[in-house]
Amino acid sequence: MTESLYNRLGGEAAVNAAVDIFYRKVLGDYRINRFFGTSDMDKQIAKQRSFLTMAFGGPNNYSGKDMRNAHSRLVDMGLNEDHFNAVMEHLGATLTELKVPPALIAEAAAIAESTRGDVLGR
Amino acid sequence: MATLTLNGNKYPYQSNETVLDTLLNANVEIPHACREGVCQSCLMRSLDNSPPSLAQNGLKDTLQHKKYFLACRCYPKQDMTVALPDHEGNEIIAEVSGKELLSADIMRLVLSFEEEFSFYAGQFVNLKRPDGLTRSYSIANTPAQSNTLEFHIKRLPNGRFSSWVHEELAVGEKLSVSEAKGTCHYLPGKYDQPLLLVGTGSGLAPLIGIVNDALNKGHSGPIRLYHGSRDPEGLYLIDEMQALAENVENFDYTPCVSGENDREKFTKGRAHDIALSSTDSLTGWRVYLCGHPEMVNQTKMMAYLKGASLSDIYADAFYLSSSGK
Repeated sequence: MTESLYNRLGGEAAVNAAVDIFYRKVLGDYRINRFFGTSDMDKQIAKQRSFLTMAFGGPNNYSGKDMRNAHSRLVDMGLNEDHFNAVMEHLGATLTELKVPPALIAEAAAIAESTRGDVLGR
Repeated sequence: MATLTLNGNKYPYQSNETVLDTLLNANVEIPHACREGVCQSCLMRSLDNSPPSLAQNGLKDTLQHKKYFLACRCYPKQDMTVALPDHEGNEIIAEVSGKELLSADIMRLVLSFEEEFSFYAGQFVNLKRPDGLTRSYSIANTPAQSNTLEFHIKRLPNGRFSSWVHEELAVGEKLSVSEAKGTCHYLPGKYDQPLLLVGTGSGLAPLIGIVNDALNKGHSGPIRLYHGSRDPEGLYLIDEMQALAENVENFDYTPCVSGENDREKFTKGRAHDIALSSTDSLTGWRVYLCGHPEMVNQTKMMAYLKGASLSDIYADAFYLSSSGK
């Protein structure tokens, strides 16, 4: 049996390292930072942590319906394909910066990609 | 088999169960959501044995140090006495042993106590006067100064507690002091890490405690303190801080005034702007922010964007009491 992607990436320690880099990239990106509220930073960080845990194939309880509900307000604000692509870019760049092998990055990207329809409310 | 104790009740712990499972199965209400160690809603604290390290993964180091843990990730190997995070520990009674005006509206209040009381410099306590009126204040001294607690109490317009401290509270009178709270404090380790501290108004109090604690523990990296106020009257302990900066090579102090002022000894501008622009990058820095909530929240974000790691930013926003000040 092969080890799970989550364990191969390094589990929670990897999430902790990635969240710091990822959220900074997102906030620094004028194309998308308006979708990431800045009033309560701790809450935002918890959300990014959940997102990365999920993308890393880690334990999570998200259903497609949760994804839809959580993002519907952002869809009303104009969240679209380009914004989703920008987040995917930052996910890839974050993992590259952490020297994650390309094959594993592709696996994580595929998991994140699988939420596209629900996130964009299609 | 281990036993969990919560609020004096004992719960036998079944193997392969988490603390959260044990308590929920016994119909104890514990806030929780993800059950995966992510959302941190089931944060609890051990009052005796250290929690297993898995249960502390992802928590801030200052929380880990105080034995906080996530109930959904905690498989105890030994007996534990646990509490919810808002659990009130034992109060102590302390006696006013000194009062001294530090500026037009800031009073240094020194309390002496005899009971056992432990705290980290930079934490805060709730002070309660005999009629029950309670306010939170940051501790301005370090535990090294035995059996005293020092506070800087700013007099607020119509502030019931602060006016009482300024006008009526006399040496020899007694106050109740809650257990020390908060995670904005110094932890030994990484002694060569540069520290940036920014405070507005009486936000200087916890920062002085943190600076002294760091120096006492042998911190060798640069320690930069920025204290800000709109007008010069809002700054205090200026001479003491300048003297410390002269005597201690790795400590710098910059008093900042954002409003009009004609005195040369202050830097013109808002403390957090000046602090942030003093360095190109905050990568690798440890940052402490205390005082006005807007300043604290904004600077937290800016410091992070400038490269400070999330786990290296410690903040304590001073919210005014909403119930009639």
